Amino acid sequence: MSIDQSTAAKVAKLARIKVEDDALPALASEFNTILGFIEQLNEVDVDGVEPMVSVEPMRLKRREDVVTDGNQQDKVLANAPDAREGFFAVPKVVE
Amino acid sequence: MSDLNKLGLAEARDALRAGDVTSVELTESCLKAIDEADALNAFVHKTPEIALERAKAADVRINGGDAPSMCGLPIGIKDLFCTKGVPSQAASKILEGFKPEYESTVSQQLADAGAVMLGKLNMDEFAMGSSNETSAYGNAVSPWRRGNDDAQLTPGGSSGGSASAVSADLCLAATGTDTGGSIRQPAAFVGITGIKPTYGRCSRWGIVAFASSLDQAGPMTKNVRDAAIMLETMCGHDPKDSTSAELAVPNFEAMLTGDIRGKKIGIPKEYRMDGMPPEIERLWADGAAMLKDAGAEMVDISLPHTKYALPAYYVIAPAEASSNLARYDGVRYGRRATLAQGDGITEMYEKTRAEGFGHEVQRRVMIGTYVLSAGFYDAYYNRARKVRNLIKKDFEDVFANGIDAILTPATPSAAFGLGEMTEADPVQMYLNDVFTVTVNLAGLPGISVPAGLDSHGLPLGLQLIGRPWDEGDLLNTAYALENAAGFVAKPGKWW
Repeated sequence: MSIDQSTAAKVAKLARIKVEDDALPALASEFNTILGFIEQLNEVDVDGVEPMVSVEPMRLKRREDVVTDGNQQDKVLANAPDAREGFFAVPKVVE
Repeated sequence: MSDLNKLGLAEARDALRAGDVTSVELTESCLKAIDEADALNAFVHKTPEIALERAKAADVRINGGDAPSMCGLPIGIKDLFCTKGVPSQAASKILEGFKPEYESTVSQQLADAGAVMLGKLNMDEFAMGSSNETSAYGNAVSPWRRGNDDAQLTPGGSSGGSASAVSADLCLAATGTDTGGSIRQPAAFVGITGIKPTYGRCSRWGIVAFASSLDQAGPMTKNVRDAAIMLETMCGHDPKDSTSAELAVPNFEAMLTGDIRGKKIGIPKEYRMDGMPPEIERLWADGAAMLKDAGAEMVDISLPHTKYALPAYYVIAPAEASSNLARYDGVRYGRRATLAQGDGITEMYEKTRAEGFGHEVQRRVMIGTYVLSAGFYDAYYNRARKVRNLIKKDFEDVFANGIDAILTPATPSAAFGLGEMTEADPVQMYLNDVFTVTVNLAGLPGISVPAGLDSHGLPLGLQLIGRPWDEGDLLNTAYALENAAGFVAKPGKWW
């Protein structure tokens, strides 16, 4: 599998990372180096093998479906780059 | 007592309990050493006020006879751990200015036990790197040098600041985290001990997530006894981490007898790599001979899927990272890019993440995005998870045959120079983790023990891999190896 510039641009878009057009050839080339390395996995016979879900055989803990914390709006917003009137503020989302 | 910062945890604990020294004295000695060591760039946020306040409180506890093992002992905390009110930015620009409103479980447990936090330690950005060269704070520098050559060397990564600080005696010990080798490789590069416990031993709550199915915290210390002491304090069930194990934590220190007679130690043939430096081969053979002399039985074993561990890791870790790092969007914490007139929310995400994430992090997030994208999920991600099961089964088969621990080199070479790998392709850097990454994929405990020096006088480490949840036995085998190796070398002070 080889990644061309338009695929690299698509991946950058999906990852929400702005990549300038002139950086795309180098990025595609790096992807191809890494994917070439990863493609060794195709040598392995994985017939009948399940994909790993949990490395130690443990059941995820369950707990009562109850409120365990809350009422800390100030703390939640304390690190926001732009917080106004008790909310996170972002640029306009809908026209 | 002079040079209190040079003590280990056990020595300092015993001196505190005997009343020979106070925590304030220990702490002041470390703070002075830290201030003299800016050239190492190990401590990136110093917290002397917190340190002295905790040291005073610890002295009160010690005088009152209520002193757990870590009480009064000054340590450094990797920047990946969220520490309340103290900058915690995972060495990334995207978390610039972030001061958590909460404390990670592991650092809280250490604080509850009376440990004294000296500050936050440098690391690779989001723990992605093997040389501490991806840090937004700049490189951490190893206190070690090649003979009289003054070229700066890497302390390894990602826990490079922790490694540099412990090796240079800026603190008595430090926390690290290990996703593919990030405790064990830097420990080996600077001649200290580092253990990654079984996945699930230490709570991951409050530790900035890289690859959640692989990340584990662990101690980086001056010797094996210190690792046992600090690990015990860091471990334990935490309801806030659903993957944290509900198992009792043994008294690891009490298990250090040094007696390994009759233990079966496996030597995996697949770890004998083409082009392995003769010094590493020799170190490995010497280590095996030491364990044999101590009464263990050496057994040749096979872990047939070893070769596929790194490629599987470089699918799984980026995939999980791309998901975990989606939260850095410029809305809830950290940095937001300056926007142009008319920019909407998508431009805000894209610009924020482009200027906030460094090159290696961007690359891994995008690789992860690709292997998880429609049409490639089965071919890459699911295949890697299947191979991961085969790698784990390799270890299960070996342990089922009665093997107690596995001996391997910790790294394929001694520390390299900062900047020396700049021109190499990313895969070359990834090869640093070739001996350690299998352990994360299989969720096992692994420990790196300093065992010798190379021809330039740089430390080399050996790795021991143990059965799941059997850190106590693993630490004891490491203790026997440490006793036999008698590694005492320290870097000469140039900084």
